[in-house]
Amino acid sequence: MDLTTLLADLGSPAPAGLVDRVLASTGPADSWVLVDGPAGPLMVAFSDHGISYVLAGADDAELSQQVRARLDRGVRRVQTPPAGLVPALRTGRTRQLRFDLRGRTPFEQEVLAAALRIPRGEVRSYAWVAAAIGRPGAVRAVGSALGRNPVPVVIPCHRVVRSDGQVGDYVWGSELKRTILTAEGLDVEEVERLGAAGVVYTGSDTTHIFCVPTCRDARRTTPAHTVRFRSAAAATAAGYRPCLHCEPIPTAA
Amino acid sequence: MDADLLFPRLVRAHTADVWTTALRLTGSHADAEDLVQEVFASAWAALESWPPERVAALRPRAWLVTITLNAWRNGLRSASRRPSTIPLLDHDAAVQPADHLDETERLGQLVARLPEAYRAPVVLRHVVGLTYAEIATALDCPPGTVKAQVSRGLALLRKELSWT
Repeated sequence: MDLTTLLADLGSPAPAGLVDRVLASTGPADSWVLVDGPAGPLMVAFSDHGISYVLAGADDAELSQQVRARLDRGVRRVQTPPAGLVPALRTGRTRQLRFDLRGRTPFEQEVLAAALRIPRGEVRSYAWVAAAIGRPGAVRAVGSALGRNPVPVVIPCHRVVRSDGQVGDYVWGSELKRTILTAEGLDVEEVERLGAAGVVYTGSDTTHIFCVPTCRDARRTTPAHTVRFRSAAAATAAGYRPCLHCEPIPTAA
Repeated sequence: MDADLLFPRLVRAHTADVWTTALRLTGSHADAEDLVQEVFASAWAALESWPPERVAALRPRAWLVTITLNAWRNGLRSASRRPSTIPLLDHDAAVQPADHLDETERLGQLVARLPEAYRAPVVLRHVVGLTYAEIATALDCPPGTVKAQVSRGLALLRKELSWT
């Protein structure tokens, strides 16, 4: 046989695991820290671009495996959290946080940005998020996008619930969704009751403003002055205007 | 493309070529593995610091093979590098038919014993399959020189194998 043919056969497949060993020792790697979340410790990974991945109730091997699978990067433990993370988890104010959502679709990024607008202790429906991104027909797609949220808790996809008041699915399971919402001061059972009764908005008969039921302003209205509505049209017909805080009829940002 | 996103793809796509280059230049599995790790660490250090236009213009296969060649040559110069002691025959015995192994690995050992000046051109041209132009760039010498070194290397191998 020709020598050059024999030489071409000297090409050799890499030994098993070599690719993994290379990627474990070099290449892009996010930092991660352990911080307190509303319902237990959170592992928060971040790159130079911002917070990239959040995991609860796992160990570093699990984090490492998930970050490789989802982001194709390594992780290494550090002690210093990214700027603003600890205050954001304490106060619920997330304005200074930066996120690394490279690899998410534009639609997913818009959905996550809308979820970030929901204040702590409040909830909005999947339909509200769909309206907030100017895609009122995309309710199911909103649910899927929230289910792929790489940074749960920090971007509060748990604050998006079903229009019938049920908490609905969650990336970490609906039981944990209830736990986190309760830890944030939400009366989950009240949300379920109102939803089951078909109440979508509540208004005040003194101000003639209507809100989503969990709006902090709505919760200040005494029961005697609270009016319940099944639709925005009904509220408008009764002479009520939408609240500027909770944006019951959201406008696309 | 972002270097963060590109690098893992490069590793997956080209580890086999870098491994083959390293294995056939060093003749040792242990040295080849060290060399592969060194190559990708250097590649990442470079990519991380490059502007995006340079990353986009990259021809990754020839680039990585060139890094492998340079890392191997630097290793030869370094007195601290431990000698290669692990014979190739001990490793692949379980995964290849014995008759094929004898022929292929005997040739592999002969290649690994070629004088260094001929070994790199022969490996890059005939095992890895780079063009003469790519090898000339990698070795920083004229293509004519590469061709001459390859044919001298092949002549030595034929002599060893007693072929004409």
